[in-house]
Amino acid sequence: MDMAQPAPFVFFGCVELRELLGLRARDERELMEQLERAPLGAVYYHTHSVFLRHYQVTGAYPNDFANWVAAQVRDQVLGERLAVVDPFAFGSLEALRDELVSIIDHHIATLHPVPRVVFGDPFFFVQSHVIEVPTGLEARTLGEFRRCLAEVDASSIYFHALESKVRRGHPRGDFADWLGEARGRESLAEEIARINPYLGGLEEIRLRILRLVDAALGEEAQGGGP
Amino acid sequence: MAPSTLTIEDYREVAPKGAVDFLLRLAERARGRRFLHVNSTRVGGGVAEILSRLVPIMGDLGIKTAWEVIEGDPEFFATTKAFHNALQGTEQVFTEALLEHYLEVNRANAERLRPAGDLVLIHDPQPAAMIESRPPEGRWAWRCHIDLSTPQRRPWAFLRRYVLRYDAAVFSLPAFAQWLPIPQFLVYPSIDPLAEKNRRMTKSEIAKTLGALQVPDDKPILLQVSRFDRFKDPIGVINAYRMVKRYHDVRLVLAGGGATDDPEGAQVLAEVREAAGRDPDILVLDLPSNAHLQINALQRAAAIVVQKSTREGFGLTVAEAMWKGKPVVGGATGGITVQILYGVTGYTVNSVEGAAYRIRYLLSNPALMRKMGEAGREHVRRNFLITRHLRDYLSLLVHLTG
Repeated sequence: MDMAQPAPFVFFGCVELRELLGLRARDERELMEQLERAPLGAVYYHTHSVFLRHYQVTGAYPNDFANWVAAQVRDQVLGERLAVVDPFAFGSLEALRDELVSIIDHHIATLHPVPRVVFGDPFFFVQSHVIEVPTGLEARTLGEFRRCLAEVDASSIYFHALESKVRRGHPRGDFADWLGEARGRESLAEEIARINPYLGGLEEIRLRILRLVDAALGEEAQGGGP
Repeated sequence: MAPSTLTIEDYREVAPKGAVDFLLRLAERARGRRFLHVNSTRVGGGVAEILSRLVPIMGDLGIKTAWEVIEGDPEFFATTKAFHNALQGTEQVFTEALLEHYLEVNRANAERLRPAGDLVLIHDPQPAAMIESRPPEGRWAWRCHIDLSTPQRRPWAFLRRYVLRYDAAVFSLPAFAQWLPIPQFLVYPSIDPLAEKNRRMTKSEIAKTLGALQVPDDKPILLQVSRFDRFKDPIGVINAYRMVKRYHDVRLVLAGGGATDDPEGAQVLAEVREAAGRDPDILVLDLPSNAHLQINALQRAAAIVVQKSTREGFGLTVAEAMWKGKPVVGGATGGITVQILYGVTGYTVNSVEGAAYRIRYLLSNPALMRKMGEAGREHVRRNFLITRHLRDYLSLLVHLTG
């Protein structure tokens, strides 16, 4: 009899090739106008890819728009207002863009003149092309999944937990999908899907998933698993 | 270690953990593809320096990589030197005859080299017009290493006609790019941690090299390494040092070259020497262009490295210094702003006073200097080593050649 085995989880890492879009802003109105005009790939790059580029840097705001406004335009108020936007709280990149535009629009409505860069650099719009890279790691069991997750390159966390949710049409992320669908661990999958990377970054996501998996493995060892 | 003996495995000890394995897997996606680099010189200059390392390592990764160099007469290279200056904003005169000669030399080189590959990367303006002779197969990208943000209109309009025929262009910073209707990619330059300029040195080697340069190490050294060029603001560095000297007993070393083959460099060097006066704690070193080990030793001996440019290309001396664990105080211009993480690996400053203040602040906080030095080394490890450069070029190869 052919007993179908669940498909393994295949870990991919990724690299980003950055493409300059030729759009730039020197003041906050231009930032808003160019943000409306830019492809959604740029909205994604400046709000999500930050986690891939800056995960070891502390102190920076979690999106490029907030960092530029605060550091280059020296408008701390708008910087803070843009920084608090959680890019994972929106159903689509269009909705995220609308929110960012609305914040800038509301902020500059009463400012004359509109704050601009005097000594700093313009904002350059970029989008990225994500290139998948096999890591050679595969997991068939929860234990193997845990071991692979602990050692895999941080870009793999980005690829499976962020990129897959926003750009590859897997709203729960690849980790949660596999654990729920292939391993039948629906409650664990739901808990992983609820992890919000906004405040922690990639290593925090890794740590939180490892804790959840450890708890599930502990239950399994005590005979409480599925 | 000679470049020819290096393999990708030699970089395991210096690259981020897992980076070499990651490169090997990324290279699997492009294994067997042909990647051709074309530039204008085999030795001298940052492009040749990094290609001499990148090309053999890409071959080691299973990419069929080749590097061709164009040939030209003195008139051609005088024209391309003028191009180089004009594209970076300096007014130059070009006659029709000069431009026609530039095209003729490019055609002759295309005939001689017959450049072909899955990806052909043409570096800088000198061989850019070879695109006229491209074969139907393969993708061609123009790699611009210079700052194109404020070019002289006529030479850029001339060159742009050829650039438009490429499949893509690659720039080192967003600010260096021009509007072009072809895809433009961003690839930062890099340093080679195993090159003579950056390799590990023992304490006795450093001491011996400093001794030969007659640089005492009895007090903290502030160091700027740069050509003697007004945009590097060496006089501003001396003024900042004087502001610091009232509070901290330090020594300033200004090390660079460019004074022997550049009349303006000689003039700037003379001005710097005059500004230094008889201060025994200011040392001005006019070094030859191959003084890599001396620069390495000076950077390792320094307490703080300064790169107080008022205009800068990418400014890889910043990455070199951070790789040696030094906090860097740099001018807020060009690539310095992407290399220095403000308050994390050093400070960007906008004035002599700002430089003096940050140097004083750091000298008063030795623990912060150490912390910034460590953060800077890790920042360079992830973002400005040749291994990251390889990753970007492999990504470009994968992306453009499908």
